[in-house]
Amino acid sequence: MTVEIRTKSVKPLSNSFGHLQRRFGDKPASRYQEATYDIQSSANFHYKPLWDPEREMFDVRRTAITMKDWYALKDPRQFYYGNYTTTRAKQQDALDRTLDFVEKRDLLRALPADTRALIEHAIVPLRHYEWGANTNSAHVAAYAYGTAVTSPAMMNTMDRLGMAQHISRIGLLIDGNSGESLLASKTTWTDHADWQGLRREVERMFVTRDWFEVFIAQILVADALVYPLFFQHLDSAIAAGNGSALSSLTDYLMRWYEETGKWVDAVIKTAAAENPENKALLSGWTVTWRDRLVTALAPIAQSTLGNQSEDALAAVVAAFNTRAARLGCGDALK
Amino acid sequence: MTAPEKKMLQPVFIALQANNDTMPIIEAIRQDNPNAVVHEYPAMVKIDCPGRLVIKRASVEEHLGRDFDLREIQINMISIAGNVDESEDEFTLEWRTA
Amino acid sequence: MAAEGNVKPAKKLSLKENYALLTRGLGWEPSYEKHEEIFRNISFEGIKIHDWEKWEDPFRLTMDAYWKYQGEKERKLYAIVDAFQQNNGQFNVTDARYVQALKIFINGITELEYDSHRGFNMLAREFPGVGPRIAAQMQSLDELRHATTQIHTISQYAKYFTGMNEFPYQFDRAWYLSIPKSFFEDAVTSGPFEFIVAISFAFEYVLTNLAFMPWMSGAAFNGDMATVSFGFSAQSDEARHMTLGIEVIKFLLEQDPANVPLVQKWIDKWFWRGYRLLSLLATMMDYMLPKRVMAWNEAWEIYYEQNGGALFADLARYGIKPPKRAPETIAEKGHVAHQMWSVFYANRDAVGFQMWLPSNEEMDWMSEKYPDTFDKYYRPRYEYWREMEKAGTPFKNTTLPQLCQVCQWPCLFTEPDDPTTLSLRETEYKGETFHMCSDGCKDIFDDTPEKFVHAWLPVHQIYQGNCFLPDVDPTAPGFNPMYEALRYMGIKPGVDGGDFKGSADATNWEKWTSRPANIHEGAYTDAVRDTSNPSDAARKAI
Repeated sequence: MTVEIRTKSVKPLSNSFGHLQRRFGDKPASRYQEATYDIQSSANFHYKPLWDPEREMFDVRRTAITMKDWYALKDPRQFYYGNYTTTRAKQQDALDRTLDFVEKRDLLRALPADTRALIEHAIVPLRHYEWGANTNSAHVAAYAYGTAVTSPAMMNTMDRLGMAQHISRIGLLIDGNSGESLLASKTTWTDHADWQGLRREVERMFVTRDWFEVFIAQILVADALVYPLFFQHLDSAIAAGNGSALSSLTDYLMRWYEETGKWVDAVIKTAAAENPENKALLSGWTVTWRDRLVTALAPIAQSTLGNQSEDALAAVVAAFNTRAARLGCGDALK
Repeated sequence: MTAPEKKMLQPVFIALQANNDTMPIIEAIRQDNPNAVVHEYPAMVKIDCPGRLVIKRASVEEHLGRDFDLREIQINMISIAGNVDESEDEFTLEWRTA
Repeated sequence: MAAEGNVKPAKKLSLKENYALLTRGLGWEPSYEKHEEIFRNISFEGIKIHDWEKWEDPFRLTMDAYWKYQGEKERKLYAIVDAFQQNNGQFNVTDARYVQALKIFINGITELEYDSHRGFNMLAREFPGVGPRIAAQMQSLDELRHATTQIHTISQYAKYFTGMNEFPYQFDRAWYLSIPKSFFEDAVTSGPFEFIVAISFAFEYVLTNLAFMPWMSGAAFNGDMATVSFGFSAQSDEARHMTLGIEVIKFLLEQDPANVPLVQKWIDKWFWRGYRLLSLLATMMDYMLPKRVMAWNEAWEIYYEQNGGALFADLARYGIKPPKRAPETIAEKGHVAHQMWSVFYANRDAVGFQMWLPSNEEMDWMSEKYPDTFDKYYRPRYEYWREMEKAGTPFKNTTLPQLCQVCQWPCLFTEPDDPTTLSLRETEYKGETFHMCSDGCKDIFDDTPEKFVHAWLPVHQIYQGNCFLPDVDPTAPGFNPMYEALRYMGIKPGVDGGDFKGSADATNWEKWTSRPANIHEGAYTDAVRDTSNPSDAARKAI
């Protein structure tokens, strides 16, 4: 560096962008703030979308929820692309070591045949659940309003692809990379009675238009029931007789679920507190989808957890009800 | 350079950031593609090649002295032209009807 | 390890097999809801897809690999950005004129990356096939990356220079930023197939090399390590996107012969629209880089005429022809940058970046690069304007220009075969006359007039009184409509734009760096110490 500059004496003309100064005052902004606030276009749209001519390209009217400021729905993890990808890369690195450990020792293939069959029947089909969640999350990311919501929804979309692929790897660890378990579990997902309730609800979300309702149905309710049911209760039941080989791989999913929950909770809590109409809508969606999904999950819970299934589902639902009440969307729940 | 056997082939190219990581890749390209022409620009190297250009993992490893995953090219790749085919061993750019 | 004895070792998977197993089987044919209710946007354009499974993914990226390689790129990039900020790298660029180009970048381009992110997100939801949806999702996330890294890099400049602090606000309102804004909104408001042909193929594959490769190399040449780092790092994603662009075209063309004319129409439209948008880069390359790497016409020859030629030769087997208006772009390549600079110069009080007349050194460079056009048409104009500046009566345009209904540029271009006649076209639609800058734009308007009549044309909006802030009283004495319209647009009149010489940016630059704000004109102020100091000597020796 040959350039000599008297930079010590140079004071910036401003400490942050104008739109950030108006929100937070004239002080240095974080990278999350710079990448998030007011980035989406909000005025003077040029053309009517051919796919939705009654609304603008970005339009608050794609949900019944209303907000004075859509940027109030911030992500407490403060993810922007850079810290999101490096966080996931680091987590993936640790997971790769676990996968490698399990694969080298053939830990899943060494499980008894009925346990392997159980994993194939009850865990591996969840790769399709995750792909459905990817679709639903993509819907939120595409049609929601404001970068504060759409950016984390985008990241969640990709996370779901990552989870679908991680669950697929569990299948490959069972079938020795032949892919047979993946083929079998796809038929299980599309045809087996145990799974039709859940698949039915995932497809119902595919035709739900209001993006905030999709958010509630998929990212709040369905995930809050599916993750603990399969990756805690079923996982514990499997571990009880077989050791922790599977748990070492589902742990990643639960950690991800807990991390994502911070974002989900913040969004819903803020939206519910905004006005009574929001609170009523969110509460209504919450109870409707909870009831549908609890019913949908009963058969697979019954067939895999047997006489523990009612207790397991009841525990999952009780935890969900407590969480929903805390978020302000649990008014209609028993 | 060499006498063209067919009609003039349409050029494919790859552009890489000019840095320490890409030197072995560029060397491997030169070695495996005798018709490649390397253009140097500020911070960037653009390599044109008539018809087809191949990057071989084994050649990169030879110049690099360690194992190399061809997907690592993406970290320093600026641009490409041509149809891509990627396997463990080769990354190929090609015009089919060149 | 109580393996059952007869377990064969696990099969080793190739990259392709691994990708296929982890990806392609994820989707299923829904049976509880109707396919057309789930995927609502894929039939109205008339594109026929018979088998989504025929989609080929050239880069077989699973999410773990995506996170790994992109995380690595981000770590490298932010290490540079951090060092840049700590070392006040914004003062290491050639001079303060270069910074004016960054104003165009943050105000006009960053929001396009964001719109692109949202557009790909819609595809990521709406395409029925797993392969193309994942490709669209990864691109959507990449585009979010590009918007983010541009903001994070340029924010350091925005703290020290004028005109960069209101980029989202300006993008939605400034008259010349409706050019990029309307371009991307046109794409996003189209159907998913037109969008992907427009952006992935016509824009990314055919045109963006031309903009970003020489431009970013130019940024490096002018000492802007932060911009060149995000630029090249972003381009490494573009290489994947471009490959998506060519795969999508081949997929559409192979699926059904009825797709060919639709794809051809979109190629013709979006090539022209993309070319008009990138004309801005023409003037940035030729006039705003104090040290130049390549002229616009050279870039056009390499990246369109040569590489585009190879591409369209490859696509000829499907019955696809080169873009209809490509000959005009070749005919105009010696003019477009100069005509655009002239218009910006004339309207410099109404833009958010500062303008200057080219120095002797620069004009000599242009004479050399543009032997057939520069000395004949443009040098005399600049020399005349320079005389007017010297005489204290600098040339200025005081009325707002007529805008093209399609590309939204002022109608500033000349006839492709006659650089002395302005190119003006018009069409009557439902009793109203609409103005276009060229045959290319008129083709587009005439094909879908019902779309383009809705364009938010800033000059029309100003004349209709729609571009004033709520505190403004147009009946008050001394009301200045131009001043008020600029305030509405987020432009600080007399600060962000106007003449470079005497501007806050030029004056601050000399005060802060002790180097001339314009390396070709020597010092404007006393703040510049010895212009032959060692750092300048080192700089000149590069």
